[in-house]
Amino acid sequence: MADTRYGLLIDYEYCSGCHACEVACKMEHNMPTGDFGIKILQDGPRENSNGRWEYEHIPVPTSLCDLCAERVAIGKLPTCVHHCQAGVMVYGTLEELAKKVCKPKMVIFSR
Amino acid sequence: MEYNNKYNMDLYPETLHWKEGDLNATRTTMWSGPGCHEGCQIIFYTDDDGKLVKVEGDPNSPFSQGRLCMRCLELPQVVNSERRLKYPMKRAGERGEDKWERISWDEAYDMIIEKVREYQAKDGAESIVSMIGTGRNVSQVIAHNAYANFGAPDLTLCFLSGDSCMLPRTALCYVVMGNQWVADMSQFRPTRYEDDPDWRPPECIVIWGTNPVINNADAFLGHWIVEAMKRGSELIAIDPKLTWIASKAKYWIRLRPGTDAALALGMLNVIINEDLVDHEFIEYWTYGYEQLKERVQEYPTDKVAEICWVDEQLIIDAARFYANAKPSTIQWGLAVDMSKIGTVTAHAIACLAGVTGNIDNPGGNILIDQASGLEFGYNSGIEYLPEGQVEKRLGNSKYNLKKYGFTASSQSDTILQAIETGLDENGNPRPINMLWIQSSNPITNMGQDAPRVYRAMKNVPFIVVIDLFKTPYAVACADLLLPCAMSHERDCIRIWFDPMRSQTKCSSYYEAKEDEQIMLDLGHKIAPQNWPDWVRTPRDYMNWRMQVFNVDFTMEDLENKMGGMHYSPFHYYKYKEGLLRPDGSPGFMTPTGRYEFFITLYYQWGDDPLPYYEEPPTSPYSTPELYKKYPFVLTTGIRSFEFFHSEHRQPELISRELHPVPRFVLHPDVAAELGICEGQWCWIENQMGKMKQTAHLDPTVDKRVIATEHGWWFPEKEAAEPDLFGVFDCNPNNLIPQCENGASGYGAPIKCGLCTVYPVTPENDRLEDQPTYQVTAVDGYTHGPTHKSDRPSFYDWD
Repeated sequence: MADTRYGLLIDYEYCSGCHACEVACKMEHNMPTGDFGIKILQDGPRENSNGRWEYEHIPVPTSLCDLCAERVAIGKLPTCVHHCQAGVMVYGTLEELAKKVCKPKMVIFSR
Repeated sequence: MEYNNKYNMDLYPETLHWKEGDLNATRTTMWSGPGCHEGCQIIFYTDDDGKLVKVEGDPNSPFSQGRLCMRCLELPQVVNSERRLKYPMKRAGERGEDKWERISWDEAYDMIIEKVREYQAKDGAESIVSMIGTGRNVSQVIAHNAYANFGAPDLTLCFLSGDSCMLPRTALCYVVMGNQWVADMSQFRPTRYEDDPDWRPPECIVIWGTNPVINNADAFLGHWIVEAMKRGSELIAIDPKLTWIASKAKYWIRLRPGTDAALALGMLNVIINEDLVDHEFIEYWTYGYEQLKERVQEYPTDKVAEICWVDEQLIIDAARFYANAKPSTIQWGLAVDMSKIGTVTAHAIACLAGVTGNIDNPGGNILIDQASGLEFGYNSGIEYLPEGQVEKRLGNSKYNLKKYGFTASSQSDTILQAIETGLDENGNPRPINMLWIQSSNPITNMGQDAPRVYRAMKNVPFIVVIDLFKTPYAVACADLLLPCAMSHERDCIRIWFDPMRSQTKCSSYYEAKEDEQIMLDLGHKIAPQNWPDWVRTPRDYMNWRMQVFNVDFTMEDLENKMGGMHYSPFHYYKYKEGLLRPDGSPGFMTPTGRYEFFITLYYQWGDDPLPYYEEPPTSPYSTPELYKKYPFVLTTGIRSFEFFHSEHRQPELISRELHPVPRFVLHPDVAAELGICEGQWCWIENQMGKMKQTAHLDPTVDKRVIATEHGWWFPEKEAAEPDLFGVFDCNPNNLIPQCENGASGYGAPIKCGLCTVYPVTPENDRLEDQPTYQVTAVDGYTHGPTHKSDRPSFYDWD
């Protein structure tokens, strides 16, 4: 399919917010201070009315993300996916990624 | 997990070196500097000049599985930093003036040898003390160097009061079970998780006083727990603030800092009185259950709830869940050590694992030795220490756990006192002439009462510092400053438990040398009788030590034939198989052969053989008058992904971009009451001193608690005094005492003091208000408006 789109699937239930994706990306692309190809956003810690705490991170690809085109061209994974310490990032076509959604708190980012 | 991508293994061949484009790839192990407690397997990509260009996690590694943390990923920024030490330097001006003269390595060695021989002749080798930090690749070297090259017995954690980092837990484990345990995440086999037929995911993981995904302490990668969670493990998290992993817990117990022992005793009370124990394990393999049962009656849950500031039902529910889950495991951390009753707290927690039988079982707390039985820690080279020297270790005559060899280091506070007074713990003369400090930055990070440590240093005639960067400590105290190689500049082997991993040199930096090379160069000059003639390089040293410990392969085999890692055979239930005792009989390596709830050695020594709770020396209950003045419980050492203790503070690093200034946390309601906004600089102060950090409003902390970061210095500031990189300005150790240790000599109230907090204003933030200025220029302790005396002390409540 000519217009196959790729993206990232993220299981944000287990994202620890460790910044490995952010730093891997900045180093891979030699980004200056202030630039990020992916940025971790944080919700919480907030106390829900049911007494449970809400505390999540989501790594969000930015407009500077090229899904590591150079790495992918030689057969490597995008560096954020390769290094994610929690193992919660998946690279693939949107079609493949959609099939992998198997639990709550998963999200797909398209590029 | 099923959904994960597969790495393209064709690009990561099972060889030591390969080419990728223009770059040379080397498969190796990351083991500092910069430091951490791990040894993740990593690929270094260097250019033809040997400069490190990039790093990747090694997908072949069962240990780290291709993943890396942000500090490894930013490594090229660190190792290529122009701030690194490049050449040996000797002090040219006064200490603190930051004036240096570049010298050659031979000149440096001659200077060391001259001083060592002088001090050996004058006051004995025991007037030379070696001091270590944590995490850097140096344990084996600093020990072997002290024993074989200096003939000096004292190796100590560098001014860490009460040796309060892992050693209290380790020493306790050795008296209770003759071994030590860690949580089982299948980490000791090359097949992990569900691919390991013997492993079971724990039904319950207790995370006690640690933030494992950040700190990865004690050779345990925190994200292994995240993998277990994906496989169904549920958590009990014990922490004064809600860490991310605690937010995922079934039970989060927000205890008052320093009350961990009471909590453990309360949980034991529930488990024992409700008979949720493992009767078979208790009957056949433990000692002193009846006495423990009697002791825990003193800790009913209502009383414990009051001590710990925790809901009583939560203690009961968590205790039941821990005991009923099969298997359950405990991953414990630094908070266990960092109270005056550190070893006692560890004892209470060890009883929890014992009464439930979660010992050496799949998915429980497993017993573990070092890889291939290789001694690569504080006893390295001890066979070369002249007879009669071990007995001279400072603190040994006072503390039984030290005297009887339950750890290999000397008691830190006793050494500080010897430096201050020239006397040992019995009042006999014991001059300290020389400090050999390898990988520690004590006035920045690990020395409590940092101003006192700084002042004490003035008494030591000769101080050698071997480090990566010019630290505040080096500027303030070093007479000789030697540059150390970083991870990719070293040949070494990594063991801390299993597997054994190879570390292969692929670069070098100016004249920085490996710690091993420094030891060997010195050794062949000063004590050639202690070194085989052929052992001249770090690689020789590795192969020699492997031969000595009967390892049946070489460093080169490990690198070239074994993919850089070797797993020793691992067995569960070793106590049943006779694998824990040299005589081969079943049981534990203790006097009774059993897992001792009632510690028979303590009983013989006249110490309390059972766990108990004691209030911290300053607390709302032990010093109520002081609490009126300092109405918050102060806990310290919040971990950040960006830093390992005082490392990674260089302003060019991504670490500082993400985390530019120190932060403390307080409850938003308290902040509102005190007029403090998010991000505002505030002074935090108590009867000892003060420091400042920026406020982070966190609704998860108790309103009576303040938690701070540690390890801050500012390499962008002036090195020379009175600036000294701003080392005391943000340092919580200004507020924490030395020499307030438990009866065992271990433990200190590092995470459980008292303080007050108020905003920094132009009026209270002048140059003369800054702690660094006060300490270095005015010759005073830190003090603020709550102090009347210019020599405030921890004991100001008397």
